[in-house]
Amino acid sequence: MAKREFSIPVIKSPPEIPPIRPGAMAHSRPFVAKAEHQEPLGFPGELVDNWKSVAIDKMEELLGKYRALPVFLDSCVKCGACTDKCHYYLGTGDPKNMPVARQDILRSVYRRYFTVAGKYFPKLVGAAELTEEVIDDWYRYYHQCSECRRCSVYCPFGIDTAEITMAGREILASIGVGQKYANEIIGKVHKIGNNLGLPEPALVDTLEGLEEEVEEEINVPVKFPLDQVGAEVLLVTPSADFFAEPHVDGLIGYAKVFHQAGISWTLSSYASEAANFGIFVGNYENMQKVAERIRQAALDLGVKRIVVGECGHAWRVAYSFWNTLIGPFDFLDTAYPTPQHICELTYHLLQQGQLKLDPAQNDDKVVTFHDSCNVSRGSRMGDMPGGQFTIPRALIRSACPHFVDMAPETTHEHTFCCGGGGGLLTDDLLELRVKGALPRVSALKRVIEEDGVTHMAAICAICKSQFSKVLPEYGMGMDMVVSVHQLIGDALVFEPAQ
Amino acid sequence: MAFEINGKTYETDEEGYLANLSDWNADVADHMATEDDCDLSENHWEVIKFLRDYYEEYQIAPAVRVLTKAIGKRLGKDKGNSKYLYELFPYGPAKQACKYAGLPKPTGCV
Repeated sequence: MAKREFSIPVIKSPPEIPPIRPGAMAHSRPFVAKAEHQEPLGFPGELVDNWKSVAIDKMEELLGKYRALPVFLDSCVKCGACTDKCHYYLGTGDPKNMPVARQDILRSVYRRYFTVAGKYFPKLVGAAELTEEVIDDWYRYYHQCSECRRCSVYCPFGIDTAEITMAGREILASIGVGQKYANEIIGKVHKIGNNLGLPEPALVDTLEGLEEEVEEEINVPVKFPLDQVGAEVLLVTPSADFFAEPHVDGLIGYAKVFHQAGISWTLSSYASEAANFGIFVGNYENMQKVAERIRQAALDLGVKRIVVGECGHAWRVAYSFWNTLIGPFDFLDTAYPTPQHICELTYHLLQQGQLKLDPAQNDDKVVTFHDSCNVSRGSRMGDMPGGQFTIPRALIRSACPHFVDMAPETTHEHTFCCGGGGGLLTDDLLELRVKGALPRVSALKRVIEEDGVTHMAAICAICKSQFSKVLPEYGMGMDMVVSVHQLIGDALVFEPAQ
Repeated sequence: MAFEINGKTYETDEEGYLANLSDWNADVADHMATEDDCDLSENHWEVIKFLRDYYEEYQIAPAVRVLTKAIGKRLGKDKGNSKYLYELFPYGPAKQACKYAGLPKPTGCV
């Protein structure tokens, strides 16, 4: 296994904006996708001969297709408000990780080919030719943005760097330079139905094992149904919930909630994934194809509701894009929101008194909550503004006697990415992931020292995996990270149905 | 990428995972472990053997709870947990143990 060849950033209190270190992360680039990872997604297998004209044509297509893109490329006034807002800049000091600079490596090419001033007076307006060096820079730095959109909160024009990163990545993939991690995963969803490539027999075996485990532990026959035609709820959840810790304890929590509430539910072996990496690579067709499996499963199983498990970007895709991608949902029960978040479902059950929690079960913990970027800034939850912030916290408070929030400049819409979002949760980017976690880890350290926090709950599979991996690098335990529904499941009181 | 043992060449991916599952033999696991300064004990081999058997049946590495349960049955209940597996495979049982067992690296949000 690769030994670590970089130093761990020092946590400063209060956090400091680092000095500029030009080129500090110029060596960071993820593995390039091979033909076998590119072609099933409709991308060329390797760098095409006429890459320059293909790239410019692709940019033109995207400028016409996504109306926000030209607006974002035209409207930056270089005010500098975003410069110290990106976790990757704060963790690395590389000035190209200032959102404005990261945008500019694409903006300069846009100016050269798509604006009058850039065509005739390129030097005056910062326009640049598209060269191999530029392509290399795109590949490096568009894989040092986790599409978390924190910078857009502070931009007076609301420029969303994520949209520019997505365009950059889509152009790269379309000339044959895709990213291995994301594209291999999308290919597995198309072929098998989930990011892991977990085939149906293995899923059956895993779920049977969980049923045995839970029954052994609490003596309640909690089920994990698969492909149950006629169930009320289809639950789509990240496949990490089947596979990894602490994710699986969240899945056990959802199952306990459904059991105690008496809601019939099912997982699907065809749509055994909530995540949708199509959004990470910025490609609409792949995003739609991944989402389509969920619509198909809902129709085939005849469910009335679709509920989404703890997955940040899945929720963003579901909440913000499903209706366009795979709607309308007129075949579902309109008495419920579509899609519905598992936290929202549990919250309503608690409000209606259909679940009883015993917080004493979590009395040994002091819990804080990490807002996941795609839930915080890309969507909402429930029927009130800010529900994506208040609902998960209300759940934790119901299940745990001791809850502490981290500093307000690091929570709610100001939350910092875990450092592994946006398709960057791969070991070939470990240095970036560790350094990018610095702002969140700094805020966490403060509540550990001042308030005795022992656990950090999250509602995103990527956040959970990322923190489990990087917290030990900062001297914190990987088992600090928990699923919100683990806390719920552990506190749930099982009473005979009334 | 590739490495060589006793004159035979083994192709790997960028991270040293075996390119062809069928190339695997015990020497491969030993070689990979030595590269990581890790001595394979009998308990390591129990995990590696289970991973290979599971993969042969299901074409995927086992989920963590499937693995801990199986190891608990074979090595004793006190060892059927991920803490013990991390002691054996400090880089993470899913990734390090899969590598020595000749399995592909697990993908996804894990």
